[in-house]
Amino acid sequence: MSDDHILAVDHLMMRFGGIVAVNDLSFVAERRKITALIGPNGAGKTTVFNCITGFYRPSGGTIRLSHDDGRTIALERLNDFRISKQAKVARTFQNIRLFPGMTALENLMVAQHNALMRASGLTFLGLIGAPSWHHAEQRAIDLARIWLERIDLLARADDAAGNLPYGDQRRLEIARAMCTEPALLCLDEPAAGLNARESGALNELLLSIRAEQGTSILLIEHDMSVVMEISDHVVVMDYGVKIAEGPPQVVRDDPKVIAAYLGADEEEAIAVMESSP
Amino acid sequence: MDYFAQQLINGLVLGSIYGLIAIGYTMVYGIVGMINFAHGDIFMIGGFIALISFLVLVSLGLTAIPFILLVVLLVSMAITALYGWTVERIAYRPLRHSFRLAPMLSAIGMSFVLTNFSQIAQGARVKPVPPIITGGYTLHEGASGFNVQISNMQIIVVLVTIVLLTLFTWLVSRTRLGRDMRACEQDQTMAALLGVDVDRTISMTFVTGAALAAVAGMMYLLYYGQVDFFMGFVAGIKAFTAAVLGGIGSLPGAVLGGLAIGLIETFWSAYFSVEYKDVAAFSILIVVLIFMPTGLLGRPEVEKV
Amino acid sequence: MSATKARPSHAAQPLGSASILKKASISALVALVLFSLMIGVRTEAGPQGGLIYWTRFGELAAMVAAVFGGSIVIELLRQWWGPVDKDRVVPKPVQAAFAFVGRWLAPALLVFTFLVPVIFYDQRYILDLAILVLTYVMLGWGLNVVVGLAGLLDLGYVAFYAVGAYSYALLATNFGLSFWVCLPLAGILAAFWGILLGFPVLRLRGDYLAIVTLAFGEIIRLVIINWQSLTGGPNGVSGIPRPTLFGIPLTAGDDGLAARLGIEFSPTHRVVFLFYVILALALLTNWVTIRLRRLPIGRAWEALREDEVACRALGINTTTTKLTAFATGAMFGGFAGAFFATRQGFISPESFTFQESALVLAIVVLGGMGSQLGVALAALTMIGGFELFRGFDQYRMLVFGVAMVLLMIWRPRGLIGHRSPTVFLERNQAISSDLVKEGHG
Repeated sequence: MSDDHILAVDHLMMRFGGIVAVNDLSFVAERRKITALIGPNGAGKTTVFNCITGFYRPSGGTIRLSHDDGRTIALERLNDFRISKQAKVARTFQNIRLFPGMTALENLMVAQHNALMRASGLTFLGLIGAPSWHHAEQRAIDLARIWLERIDLLARADDAAGNLPYGDQRRLEIARAMCTEPALLCLDEPAAGLNARESGALNELLLSIRAEQGTSILLIEHDMSVVMEISDHVVVMDYGVKIAEGPPQVVRDDPKVIAAYLGADEEEAIAVMESSP
Repeated sequence: MDYFAQQLINGLVLGSIYGLIAIGYTMVYGIVGMINFAHGDIFMIGGFIALISFLVLVSLGLTAIPFILLVVLLVSMAITALYGWTVERIAYRPLRHSFRLAPMLSAIGMSFVLTNFSQIAQGARVKPVPPIITGGYTLHEGASGFNVQISNMQIIVVLVTIVLLTLFTWLVSRTRLGRDMRACEQDQTMAALLGVDVDRTISMTFVTGAALAAVAGMMYLLYYGQVDFFMGFVAGIKAFTAAVLGGIGSLPGAVLGGLAIGLIETFWSAYFSVEYKDVAAFSILIVVLIFMPTGLLGRPEVEKV
Repeated sequence: MSATKARPSHAAQPLGSASILKKASISALVALVLFSLMIGVRTEAGPQGGLIYWTRFGELAAMVAAVFGGSIVIELLRQWWGPVDKDRVVPKPVQAAFAFVGRWLAPALLVFTFLVPVIFYDQRYILDLAILVLTYVMLGWGLNVVVGLAGLLDLGYVAFYAVGAYSYALLATNFGLSFWVCLPLAGILAAFWGILLGFPVLRLRGDYLAIVTLAFGEIIRLVIINWQSLTGGPNGVSGIPRPTLFGIPLTAGDDGLAARLGIEFSPTHRVVFLFYVILALALLTNWVTIRLRRLPIGRAWEALREDEVACRALGINTTTTKLTAFATGAMFGGFAGAFFATRQGFISPESFTFQESALVLAIVVLGGMGSQLGVALAALTMIGGFELFRGFDQYRMLVFGVAMVLLMIWRPRGLIGHRSPTVFLERNQAISSDLVKEGHG
């Protein structure tokens, strides 16, 4: 596997009973690039995400993650929390999953659980109030503050996450994922439900994450303005198989893609065509 | 082998009673998603009402046993059903859209109320009745003098259970009420929008469950020849265990779970030790749930992310 | 008023007196049917073994009349109070008073608690009651870790209380170990059982978890009853040694504390000593819990309650997180159990029934899940209120049940309806409990 690839999905299969949700899908995501996974509703995009992030165990195929230091991890063999803890893959959810009864700051502190757990000596050092723990906690708060500032929510740090407006919740969820310091960030429809101004801000945030943190991003998106504007590489799925891939401009003009969108959802196909400048 | 067959019969009879109670748990759970902790006590009330009405009828000079039993059955079903309705109206309806734990604690409170109400009203002592239905058949005469027997009472318990289950299955699958119940189970808001009276449907669910519990109470009275104010707790927990074992929310599951618990208990008592029969029933529940987290016939919970 | 979901049936416009009478009549009719046989006819086993009965139509009529009158009163009260979900404007001074009380309630309560043995030194009854209340405060705080913070429903908490009590009782009576040696052992053993229970239930959610914990509590109780050679069965364990003050017994003997200090011996010394022991244990529980909430493990518990899937996506090991919650809660239950054993000097399975679990759970839920102060207030209300009915033993559990139903209807989210954040940048503001989830497990 070449060094440029952070993620290589190879012959991925996912069956639920007799239904084949993902069929022999192969693609790669390049390091420090934004890769978009698009396709009509029901194409199997979220299933691919769930396989990558350990919520489903694939029926077949491999998913390889290569870190900067050359470490390669077989994601299909990890599950559950280990994907985030060991493989450093973070994700957000299509329907936002914040901790609504906790403040924005607390949400970001929970995201640093594993680092803080080590710093608190598995709770015991923290319980006796060791200075090393207090330093670690302060550093964690500082990191959270930086992210709150970047998503423009510093003023609402002490508000319950469930009380924030929808767009803020979306950004907070991304910030929370970033607080786990991931190598690969997987975003499931980050622009869903955002207005034009908010989705513009989202684009900037994602681009700055790529530029400053050097995090590779894999995103599912329906909003073509987001996809076309920020992605470096687009993979198009339909009925569980890959029907096209390439740079955004190439994919946009691909007749198979247009047909898939037209066949499935007219509005989205028009959106694809109209978003061409 | 004969001993085994005898225990099988006994276990099935006990299981039928558990199954009847378990249906009430599973129905209420299916429709409002709460554990009706007071249901075991509704069963106990059913037993008491059957006892008292039987006593009154006999002292009125009636002698035709089948007729008396029919009247007792109807009276205890009717009054117990009203208990079920009242409990729902007072303790659960105000908490319909509340947090999950509030109705559960309200139900536990209601269970205490019913237990202690009947203790105060009818005294703490066990109430015995003489055997009303006697006789039976010897199915097989064993060589060693051990006979496999089935008493008329056992036949009645099993028959009544089968008849009621058939009736009840018909009710749920064929009638308007059953359709409303299934609709409310799926989506209460949508059901209400389509003209289903949700409050009434939920009330009727409690009423039906309580009526079945009354039948179970009466069968218990006739079979064991006694009732007491505390019998609701243990029977309730066992029946709830049965409902969970079968997969809560599933009607065939409740009956299956009831039979399973009845058989486990009987066989454990017969072959191992009577003292640990409840421990065995609960342990098997835990073991089953470890491997089948939603019970025997429950739908697997699909985690949507 | 805490915001509750709209309940149209209760927000009805004021009714005329005719309809109030109609409602009351219906209630009375229902009551007549319900009570007709249960109250109107009293059964009892007769002298010859058969069953006899006699009628009590007077009591029946009285009950029906009471229901009739009661429902008129309730209906009038409801009209006077107005719709349940109306937002009420509380006058400014009252609001200020509430805020003042809110700020100083906890410290004032703490100071008062410390002074209880001084104020009520001569009133043995009050001291005993205070010890009882503190025991339940401690149990409530322990269970709060599991139910309130981690959002895991535990209906068998009394099992750990029993494990703690029997651990101390058996270690002390068989091996002569002292209370202070056994206390940590009791906690460790209870925590061990907590983990043992935790393992099978990790995958279970909601009501499956509820029934398994309940079953577990029953299993422990049944084993205690039936394992006669070890536990003494239904007869229990007696002669459990009393705690000592660093090895000095609180007895009337020459080596007792009173003799050493040169003061006159009084049995109250021991009661006061026990009072401070349980106070210290309860405060330890409180301190540890408050501390844990601000550590990653505590935040993970609360995050687990809010959204388990999100926890997993953030790399939190939900298995160990749940197990630590069970173990921590169980450990506190074990401490409380050991204390219970040493205070009573005698324990039997009767003290560890499902009713105890329900009582402790009621304290936690009524307190407002997750709120330490709320749990303490709820324990005080429940146990104190329970004591008021000491003279009417028969009616105690009945009233307790009615109170539980009414309290849940009145405050489904408990007395303290908000959550305080564990960390803040600028403003430490409470979070309304409407946003706080209560967990699925």
